[in-house]
Formats: sequence, C-alpha cells, structure tokens
Amino acid sequence: MVSAARPAPDGVTQAPLEQAAWDVLRSVEDPELPIAITDLGLVRDVRVDGESRVSVRLVPTWTACPALAVIRGRIRDGLLAIPGVRDVSVEYTYDEPWTLERMTDRGREQLAAHGLSVPSCRFAEPPVCPYCGSHDVAIDSLFGPTLCRSTYICRHCRNPFERFKPPAES
Amino acid sequence: MPAALATIADPAVRAAFREWLLRVADDELTIGHRHSEWTGVGPDIESDVAMSSIAQEELGHARLFYEQVAGDQPGGPDLLAFGRPPAEFRNAVLLEQPNHGWEFSIVRLALYETFEGQRLGLLARCGQEPVAAIAATLGREERYHGLFAATWLERMARPSADARARVQAALDAAWPYALGFFETTEADPILINAGLLHESAERQRDAWEAAVRPLLEGCGLAIPAAAPALGGRRGVHTPDLAQMHAEMTEVWGSDPEARW
Repeated sequence: MVSAARPAPDGVTQAPLEQAAWDVLRSVEDPELPIAITDLGLVRDVRVDGESRVSVRLVPTWTACPALAVIRGRIRDGLLAIPGVRDVSVEYTYDEPWTLERMTDRGREQLAAHGLSVPSCRFAEPPVCPYCGSHDVAIDSLFGPTLCRSTYICRHCRNPFERFKPPAES
Repeated sequence: MPAALATIADPAVRAAFREWLLRVADDELTIGHRHSEWTGVGPDIESDVAMSSIAQEELGHARLFYEQVAGDQPGGPDLLAFGRPPAEFRNAVLLEQPNHGWEFSIVRLALYETFEGQRLGLLARCGQEPVAAIAATLGREERYHGLFAATWLERMARPSADARARVQAALDAAWPYALGFFETTEADPILINAGLLHESAERQRDAWEAAVRPLLEGCGLAIPAAAPALGGRRGVHTPDLAQMHAEMTEVWGSDPEARW
C-alpha cells in the first residue's frame, strides 16, 4: 500500500501501521531547523507491506546537507520502535526535486516565529524582514550558518535576520 | 543503493559511463578539498563561510556520484574517494592546484562553476536514472556558487588597474588548465555513439567560452590565448595532487576498515 506525500485526511481509513509510521515521521525534526520533516515537505511517500515492513522515501532540500544522515537515522529508529516492525527502508530520491511548495503553512509559521524569513515561491523574490515586515533589506551573505540559510540586514529595524534558502529554480 | 551502471548491457559503454561519472566525482572531490582549505582563513567571515559551504556541497555531490559508481561493491563511496592512488583520479588538473591566493580561487571557481553547470545539464539528459535526476537536482544548488564567484570577480577586478592585473595574472595561470576540462579519452566517442552524451568536447568548450567570456570581459579581463594543459582525464597529474591526496586520505588510511 502506498500513500501520497501527506497523511490521509481525517475520516479516511488508514492501515494502523501506516498511521503509526506517519506519527513517527511527524515526530522527527530537522536538526538544523525547528520544524518537523513532514512540515518541511521531506516525505515523498510511505509504503507499508504487511505488518512488519515500512519503506519511506524522502526528498532532500540540499543534497549535501549533513542533517540528512541524522534524519534518516531518527526515522529508522522511530519506525523500528513500532511494535511488530522488523524491516525498515529509508531512502532519499531525486526524481522529483524539493521545492518551496512542499513546505506546509504551519512549517512557514514556525520558521517565521524562529526569526527565519521564507520565500513564498521563488528563490529570487524580494526578501522581507521577519521582525518588522520591511522590504528595505540588504543581503549580507548568500551562505549562512547552514546550507539552507542566507543572512540579511534589515535597514528599517536594524536587525540581522536569516532567510530560508531554497535550491535555485532550474 | 541503485547501481546506475548495472542497467547498461554493453561493457564498453558501461566502462565509458563509469569513467564519466568518475571525472565528475573526482572533480568535485578535489575542488571541494581545495575550497575547504579556506576554512578559517578566508578574507572575511562571510567569504570564509561561503567557501566552506561550497566545499561542503561539492564533497556531498562527489559522494552522490561515487555512490552511483560503487553500487553495492564493498567499500562503497569511501573506497573510491580515499582508496585509489592519484594516478587513478580523473579530475581536471586545474582543480588539484593549490589556492595560491584568493583571486586564483575565485577565478578557478568562476571557470569551474560555469563548466560544472553545463556538464550537469548534459548529465541530466544522459537517459540513465538515477544519475540524470541527481544531475538535475545538483544544477539548482550550483547556481549559488556561480553567483558568489561572479560577485567576487567583479568586486576584485573592477576598482583599479593594479587589482585587475592581479586577477588577470590568476586568469592567465588558470586558463590553460581550465581548457583541460574538455580533454577527451576513448570514452567520449563511445558515450556519444551510445546516445548518452549529446555534445562533442569542442561544442562543450565553445558553449563554455561563450558563457565565461561576457563575465570576464565585463570585468575588464582579457581571455588568454593559450594551448590546453591536459593530462587529468587520463590520470596524468601534477605533484600537487599527490600532496593533496596524502593529506586528504591520511585519516582514512590509518584504518580503512573503521566505521565512523
């Protein structure tokens, strides 16, 4: 049984194991961003075979991100802790690149609350200060503290801030 | 891990594709290692972080391609990265050269990123999955490297004649080796005939020159007239690679069986 990138909406029956697998995925945070990997849009699909096997495919934001191995390990540990699960596969796939649309509204709100500005759809759109909402900002560096962040200065409220940096559109 | 090579039936084509992937991976590993030597000593904190991030990304990209070459073979990508002698490396010689100075590193970055972007475009059309999908994904990441290189190139070359002369000297030194990106071996005609590679080396070079020329000339720099310095694609390297290789593999070589 294969489910899409999102858990089934309320009222739609899901196999208990599949539900348990999604509960695990919702509990795993990106170690470099304070949001769940499901809100970041990393989960491509979940496959459940019988009562003991779960396969998860993930879409990386940045392919060289050192958090990828950590995330994979946390998912694997969480899935293996589900009673009855004995066989777990967690793989990154590249056939459908990660884009900003994969991030949920809740994920955006959580990043904004953390002081991280998030572009709405394109990497090149004008940045907005997450503190005062001003567009009067200057780039400090395209390369910030992690591969997925760049740094800016707000000329209006004088705060430095970070912006989520998606891979450029092709 | 999917073995990209296993799906190619013809052994000669398989070997040629493996060689192409090794060129890509070895290029990324060597320039990634050289970029990482700026960590802690970059000209300012932002550039230090930027060059370190670019290094981190190139090493990650190298790993993805080594994984494709290694398949399920014991030792995996690490054995390919650290377990081969320098003579088996297929990287272009430009990428193994020491950093000399910031202007050389930026010139090299600009020349390489343009080439790398175009090569990833060709790989994305090679028809072999998952390599094609990986190449398309990486192309989106490399864009930022090119932006960084172009910004610094303009910043260094434009203000004064003295500054421009230093950047020009770096370009003169790098150019013959950059032409080595396009060195061919027996693998290239095989890849073209098999329909995996869609452009001859001459056309690749023309496309690359057409892309770097406006950037360089826009900064007041002159394209050097020089013959290509070849060798890397055939495993003929400078002593710089041996030195870098010894340093890069020292920890791994102390215990190749260790699990980190």
